Amino acid sequence: MNLNYGSEYDSFRKEVKDFCKEWKGINFKDQAKIPIAQNHESYGATLTRSEWQSILIEKGYFARSVPKEYGGFGGESDVIKNRIIASEFASEKIPPAMGGQGIDMLVPTLLELGTEEQKMQYIKPTLHGEMIWCQGYSEPNAGSDLASLQTKGELINDNWVINGQKIWTSTAQYSQMMFCLVRTEPEAQKHAGISYLLIPMETPGLEVRPLVDMTLKAGFNEVFFTDVTIPKENIVGKRGEGWAVANATLGHERGSLANPNAMMNRLNELISRMKEENIDGVRLIDIPVYRDKLITIQSKVTAFQSNSLRVLSSKLNKNQDSKLAGMIQKLVGTELRHELEGFAVDIMGEMGTLYEDSPHLRDGGSWQFLYMYYLGLIIGGGTSQIQKNIISERGLGMPREPKVQGV
Amino acid sequence: MYFGLSEDQKFFQENVSKFLDDQCGLDCIRTITEDSQSNLQEHIQNGLVNLGINSLLIPEEYGGLGLDMLFTAAVSQSLGGGVAPFSFTGPYVMAPIAIVYGGSEGQKEKYLKGMSQNTIRMGVGFSEYIGARDGAEIKIKNNKVSGKALFVLDAKNSTHLMLSNKEGVIGIVTSDADGVDIIDLTAVDKTRNFSEIYLNNVDIDVLGLTQENNNAITKSIDAGRISIAADSLGASQRLIDKAVEYSKERKQFGRVIGSFQAVKHMCAEMVSDLEPCYSLVWHAAHCFTYMQEESRLMSCHAKSHLSEVSKLISKKATEVHGGMGFTDLMGVHYWFKRIGVNRHILGAPELVREEAAKIQNF
Ligand SMILES: Cc1cc2nc3c(=O)[nH]c(=O)nc-3n(C[C@H](O)[C@H](O)[C@H](O)COP(=O)(O)OP(=O)(O)OC[C@H]3O[C@@H](n4cnc5c(N)ncnc54)[C@H](O)[C@@H]3O)c2cc1C
Repeated sequence: MNLNYGSEYDSFRKEVKDFCKEWKGINFKDQAKIPIAQNHESYGATLTRSEWQSILIEKGYFARSVPKEYGGFGGESDVIKNRIIASEFASEKIPPAMGGQGIDMLVPTLLELGTEEQKMQYIKPTLHGEMIWCQGYSEPNAGSDLASLQTKGELINDNWVINGQKIWTSTAQYSQMMFCLVRTEPEAQKHAGISYLLIPMETPGLEVRPLVDMTLKAGFNEVFFTDVTIPKENIVGKRGEGWAVANATLGHERGSLANPNAMMNRLNELISRMKEENIDGVRLIDIPVYRDKLITIQSKVTAFQSNSLRVLSSKLNKNQDSKLAGMIQKLVGTELRHELEGFAVDIMGEMGTLYEDSPHLRDGGSWQFLYMYYLGLIIGGGTSQIQKNIISERGLGMPREPKVQGV
Repeated sequence: MYFGLSEDQKFFQENVSKFLDDQCGLDCIRTITEDSQSNLQEHIQNGLVNLGINSLLIPEEYGGLGLDMLFTAAVSQSLGGGVAPFSFTGPYVMAPIAIVYGGSEGQKEKYLKGMSQNTIRMGVGFSEYIGARDGAEIKIKNNKVSGKALFVLDAKNSTHLMLSNKEGVIGIVTSDADGVDIIDLTAVDKTRNFSEIYLNNVDIDVLGLTQENNNAITKSIDAGRISIAADSLGASQRLIDKAVEYSKERKQFGRVIGSFQAVKHMCAEMVSDLEPCYSLVWHAAHCFTYMQEESRLMSCHAKSHLSEVSKLISKKATEVHGGMGFTDLMGVHYWFKRIGVNRHILGAPELVREEAAKIQNF
């Protein structure tokens, strides 16, 4: 065991520390009223956030290994440097680069499987926060069973003509583009009939209807397609290979839904809260039951953070296997974050249940908001039950549930 | 031995449920919680009062129905089940009990009668007594009160406010008196209302016995806790019903999701957690009226245990609904939020458990 990244990283860490010092306390004009999860807070970003994005890219603190010609920093891929950046930013509360489905999912997909033209056209504006993407996968009858999706794409006169409906499409109302799974080979077997298409949201025939969620924000949408026509070239991978293309990036999403550094940050904010708040004049941090529960959660978050270090290490060292440690991340991370936010609501008592613009609101209502939001993320991106199926079947090699006919 | 609700209790309970099912479906709740101008809420409140819900606990000699706590708990279950946009526990459970145990004959005559006729509606603010936050404190002196009360139940619809200081001395002020300032708080559950109240040298009618002992406030809080526990019980049951129903309809992978063991187990766990809660809540309610020496501990158990069980159920039932559970479309979140706020009314579970230990001299 050796937790040193190596002396070659000392100077890099120092550089990042200096950068953090310089930018400490920066704020955006377009800060959301209710702050949401770090990776998501910049959806619908405006200029100021894009500027921040450019600064980060220029320094190599974001999009490090993305080639320059596609708008990245053009450095070698270095997971340790990424880790240093993430942890320094987190501990100094410097806003990380914006995430979102374009950055977290589409960019890696294009880098891996896109054509040269696609890379040139889409990656740069996406990284700079100028092109927001949404993920059009789920349909009313295809959630956990995504491969049963029915939205239809037909190739007519060198164009794809798309008809059907998507649902739960996060951020579609702000997006310029959608990466979308569409059934293009109706004769083929379920998984083999799907293609991965890139659809401009302004295309005629495409209609977005916001859906209110339990947080009372319209975080996601229904999207309807009526003869939506896009050029034949807007496909990633070949016809009928969309399932494989999508799976190449689902892993990216699952990783990004539960960021251990963001969680540790949040825990530290909670600790500050507990020192400030009191009940009958006794600080919450001094109340034994709350102390115990706090440390229990701290143990879990620490373990989760260490777990991610181990996953990282296995990427650097060929002889290490952390398959299971990687597989559990979406399940454990979203459940833990939900627990953490819920505990914060709990310690604040009645005041923790306040919401929207109520007097006495704490931290913009973010604790109550994220307590609900993370229940959404427990469900989104593959539910906890589906994660457990994957862990037991693919991780532990247990037999699949027998197919039951006609239930 | 007969452990359970009587025919009368079930009948009344079903009437309330039926009224809510008929008159107060999801669309109605959505309107009431989103549109503060709507008069639908008044319509629902009047309908429930017409059923007699306002005078369950008021003795017959003051015009009430003179029923017991079990009856009241049975009604709370229905209100929680229907996420009724109605503040029941403060005005119609805690307030009458406080007056019965703490008021003089004259006060009973005045307030209980008025409450049974619904000309007096009482907001209730006891949070300081249970655990003061954000510097909430009121001072009562020479029949005047000043200070700040937080998280007062149903001050919005009130004619009067019943307030307690840290010592458990209870008094009543009129809501529109000079020096009373009522500020709305917005909780995540909007089916009921909560307020912050500023008082500046306001006339207060102190319930005489409350200066001598804590009977009135402890009884009132016990009753409130049982009522809130019953509300969460009803809300949890409805969530389970919804989840089971949904799991029999929703298909994925060519089969109804209820055929997956993962989903079955979530539902079975919810039921296994909730079934004993019926007995706990009913037993606590029975003790309240008939076995006073056990009543305080039982109401603490009911409140804290239901807080935990219902929190778990509100999560699992949402999960069974998948993405639909997170949208507003199925309305699952109304129950989720009701349960979330119930957890903290009259003491978060940790605080109530601490109280339970103290009651037993641990
Ligand atoms: C906050 C949020 C954001 C989202 N954002 C997007 C987005 O941007 N783009 C997009 O395409 N989609 C998005 N989704 C959709 C999300 O991917 C689906 O909701 C999710 O995959 C679950 O599908 P479902 O809602 O149809 O639930 P269902 O599949 O109907 O599941 C219902 C219940 O059945 C269980 N179940 C289903 N199958 C099995 C099985 N085989 N074994 C055991 N249990 C099973 C589930 O675990 C769940 O408890 C989002 C969802 C949420 C909540």
